[in-house]
Amino acid sequence: MKRIAGICLIIWAAVILSGVFGSPSVWGAEKNIILATTTSTQDSGLLDVLIPIFEKKIGYFVKTIAVGSGQAMAMGQKGEADVLLVHSPDAEKKFVADGSGINRRLVMHNDFILVGPPADSAKIKGMKSTVEVFKKIASTGNLFISRGDNSGTHAKEKAIWKVANIKYEGEKWYQQTGLGMGQTLNVASEKKAYTLTDRGTYLSLKKRLGLDILAEGNAVLLNIYHVIEVNPAKWPKVNASGGKAFADFMVSKEAQGIIKTFGVEKFGSPLFFPDAGKKVEELGK
Amino acid sequence: MDLLLEGIRKAFYLLITFDAEVMGITLLSLKVSGIATLISLFIGISVGTIVALSEFPGKKIVVSLINTGMGLPPVVVGLFVTIFLWRSGPLGFLGILYTPAAMILAQAIIATPIVMGITLAAMQQLPKKLRLQILALGATRLQMVWTLIKEARLPLLAAIMAGFGGVISEIGASIMVGGNIKGYSRVLTTATVMETSRGNFDIAIALGIILLLLAYFINLILTHIQQRERPR
Repeated sequence: MKRIAGICLIIWAAVILSGVFGSPSVWGAEKNIILATTTSTQDSGLLDVLIPIFEKKIGYFVKTIAVGSGQAMAMGQKGEADVLLVHSPDAEKKFVADGSGINRRLVMHNDFILVGPPADSAKIKGMKSTVEVFKKIASTGNLFISRGDNSGTHAKEKAIWKVANIKYEGEKWYQQTGLGMGQTLNVASEKKAYTLTDRGTYLSLKKRLGLDILAEGNAVLLNIYHVIEVNPAKWPKVNASGGKAFADFMVSKEAQGIIKTFGVEKFGSPLFFPDAGKKVEELGK
Repeated sequence: MDLLLEGIRKAFYLLITFDAEVMGITLLSLKVSGIATLISLFIGISVGTIVALSEFPGKKIVVSLINTGMGLPPVVVGLFVTIFLWRSGPLGFLGILYTPAAMILAQAIIATPIVMGITLAAMQQLPKKLRLQILALGATRLQMVWTLIKEARLPLLAAIMAGFGGVISEIGASIMVGGNIKGYSRVLTTATVMETSRGNFDIAIALGIILLLLAYFINLILTHIQQRERPR
């Protein structure tokens, strides 16, 4: 019995050790880039298309850490990431202003939409102003699900509440999930509630959700993605050349072309619109 | 219900066709949790045995600490390992955050108290007189300890199963220190969460089933070894 147990253990150990220690990328760090980004770019599958192309071309290995925009910038602020792809413009400006980031460049946009139960108990469908829509959800006391995770989507939602001048913190009709966009949509769908989402994640999950688009197309709802390099002057350990190479790639013709057509085949319409070289003011016109 | 059937079908499809990505994820889960368990066995059994066999002031406190450690929340371990491994952290020079090596470290920390606690209980359960008897037969201290470990092998196999089961099914630490990086640090649990948030419930169910199968077969082998020889 002991022999069999011993053999089993040795085989097990051998298989395990050969694999992990045999692959060179496990221990080396120089050729790695840490990309801190939002859940929406990962959940939509866009990065799964773009990153292998970048890796093949430039030879860096990209470690994509998909978190909310807030956490991504927090990582950048501590020098724990090399480059960020985020969508929380106000926070980004602060991030660059305090010297944590450099070379902030516009990559792409899509838009936020307000989704809710098809029955639309708050009767908001057809309303033009997004701010009025938010006011009506609050005044009718219909359940609103918030990300509550300092993500770009959460920041946008808070900004709209602020314009609408509505107190939402602690209200009965207001719940926070603290989860990613996909999971938050699932929660909203189950609870027949309203929520703010980026169009990309909604489209990729649509078939499983009982949620309709109820408000869209307002300039306030633009969802803009920037790429920011983490400032190597502040954090010497940051992989500056890698971060720059990735940022350059994201605004390159090749990547922009892929962004333009990404999702067309599967959803009938693109999930993101490439914007490299444009100004934020030109978007949505 | 349809979704569940679809998921089961998908699981077998992915398994039978040897889907490269799923195989990679499964193998990595096995490797990471396997090494972590091996490390935890080494530390857990040795420390557990030492604590069980020696008498010292404050032993009760140490034992209760180990027992508390058996329920160490993976997310808390993940958080602390992340902070330690940050570039700015005390172990930042290693540069292993967001690598399988970091996941092994975190999982070993989770599994070690489990193995240690069960070892401790197993060793303390052996009759005290046995030690004296072995020593009286002329064994050295080391031989005595080895004999005791052999005597407690059945519960020790249970310790392996509990330790491995604890880490293979763990997600909080793996996603924090590994980062769920495609083709690199993505394991079955983190992939399941991601596919769920992507709305690919069928693949998520399939991955869940593969995880269950994996855990089952590992435990089947261990149970087989354990049950071959019943205690006299």
